[in-house]
Amino acid sequence: MNTERNMQSTTERVIYSLRDLYERYGYAQYKMNKFEEYDLYVRNKSFLLSDHIITFTDTDGKLMALKPDVTLSIVKSSNAKDGVKKVYYNENVYRVPKGAFSFKEIMQTGLECIGDIDSYSVVEVLTLAAKSLETVSNDFVLDVSDLGIISSLIDSMDVSKEGRERIIEAIGEKSVHSIDAICRELLVDRDKAQMLIELASFSGDAEEMLKILKGSDCYCEAEGFAEIMTLLSSVFGNKVRIDFSVIDDMRYYNGIVFKGFVKGIPTSVLSGGRYDGLMSRMGKSGGAIGFAVYLDLIDSLEDDGEEYDADVFVLYKKDNSLESIAKAVEVCITEGKRVQSGRSIPEGLRYKELIEL
Amino acid sequence: MEYLNIALPKGRLGEKVYAMFESAGFECPSIKEDNRKLTFENEEKGIRYFWVKPSDVAIYVERGAADIGVAGKDILLEYSPDVYELLDLDIGKCRVAVAAPAAFRDNPKRALKVATKFANIAKAHYTAKGREIDIIHLNGSIELAPILSLSDVIVDIVETGRTLKENGLEVVEDIVPISARLIANKASSKFKGEIIEIIKNGLAKEIK
Repeated sequence: MNTERNMQSTTERVIYSLRDLYERYGYAQYKMNKFEEYDLYVRNKSFLLSDHIITFTDTDGKLMALKPDVTLSIVKSSNAKDGVKKVYYNENVYRVPKGAFSFKEIMQTGLECIGDIDSYSVVEVLTLAAKSLETVSNDFVLDVSDLGIISSLIDSMDVSKEGRERIIEAIGEKSVHSIDAICRELLVDRDKAQMLIELASFSGDAEEMLKILKGSDCYCEAEGFAEIMTLLSSVFGNKVRIDFSVIDDMRYYNGIVFKGFVKGIPTSVLSGGRYDGLMSRMGKSGGAIGFAVYLDLIDSLEDDGEEYDADVFVLYKKDNSLESIAKAVEVCITEGKRVQSGRSIPEGLRYKELIEL
Repeated sequence: MEYLNIALPKGRLGEKVYAMFESAGFECPSIKEDNRKLTFENEEKGIRYFWVKPSDVAIYVERGAADIGVAGKDILLEYSPDVYELLDLDIGKCRVAVAAPAAFRDNPKRALKVATKFANIAKAHYTAKGREIDIIHLNGSIELAPILSLSDVIVDIVETGRTLKENGLEVVEDIVPISARLIANKASSKFKGEIIEIIKNGLAKEIK
């Protein structure tokens, strides 16, 4: 029998490989209920990617939700007193994707590293993020930023909350002209504005980044970031890059944040970062870092599928014996062919070969 | 061969934008021929142009069908596409403004009826002021709405103000200045970053 036929779709192959990858690094699978109390999401609404949540009333009258997100549930149930809790998940979540008009079931995989985390934990999670992308395609890019650097630079500019938000939005769009205009309008010190502009459009290695930040308040923080990025570059080369336009909600995220891209998919397929802010908002001590891989996007890498619906169509008549039909089908299957059979050929069926009994 | 796909907005603005690309060294002579072709390639430079409805440029770029494109800031503000905004081309300049019949006086006792194509921009503007509004979403001939009492005011693009004047309307307040922006798909910027950077720098030199 021909066993060469590849039955796995790209998504199935990726799920399997990622599970293997995460377990090798000591992450345990975290299985969870599909439902969660709605209250959890109301309190952390801005952490979610979309505002829309499917809700229902449980038999005891409690308002429940179909999970739009996994991280919140993992953090909620974490009680790491000391040490680090490492988990990965592979779950369906329910939300309205950006630009869509209705709910979708989205398969999401990812991991979280929670508790007493240090620089090595960050390196490990970034390494796993890069390797996850590599599993999807060799043509990948992982953009990494340090929100601590951006945040302390903007803090030193002494701008209003609204001004801060406008600046952050412009950095996310790599919109150098907007940053320049906003800084002029808000009378920001020109040297600081120039530093921010250089960071927003930055593409270079860790050493070049340090040159830009020399003399700034966040130089010490930048040195730590540079050490991590230099190490990752030595493993993944130019595929892991410093890009300060990766911005996430600073009420939750702090420090390292990152987004991953693979060639052939127009949006980021992986997103993550350090979210100590969420931990403290949920009354947990310690830090946390993790990421999610959006598996629903990966199916666009799938090839166009088989040219034929079946290799052979066995067309039989009313008076053919059962034995002769079964034998004809079995012969084709033994030859490794995909067979369909019937007394008439379904409309639109594409087959390579026709066997008439 | 892998082309860099460029979405240009149909119409007068698009022609001005193409002229900028052309003088920056990214010409594509076939684009000026009078034919029914939809895409235009310059094989040597590895670029492909196509014309789309101005309000669709951001969608083509966000979804990666175009790697880069040129869209008005009005469209970017209204739809907030997840793209990089690389350059202000400083052409196609106008503003989004609130306009009303000359005799208009806002009655704060009831919700203000606002007719517009730009529901999100209008909503953000009035939310910031704390004014309750009733949005009437229209796709064209916005000026007609206050004349027929469909709305109290309109929120629309104003270039010279001539159309408003001819319909007995005037600008009550400006909301935001608009110009054409060079936008880029985020993933394309990772994998075709070099040529995008060259085009961006070329266009930057063409800005007057």
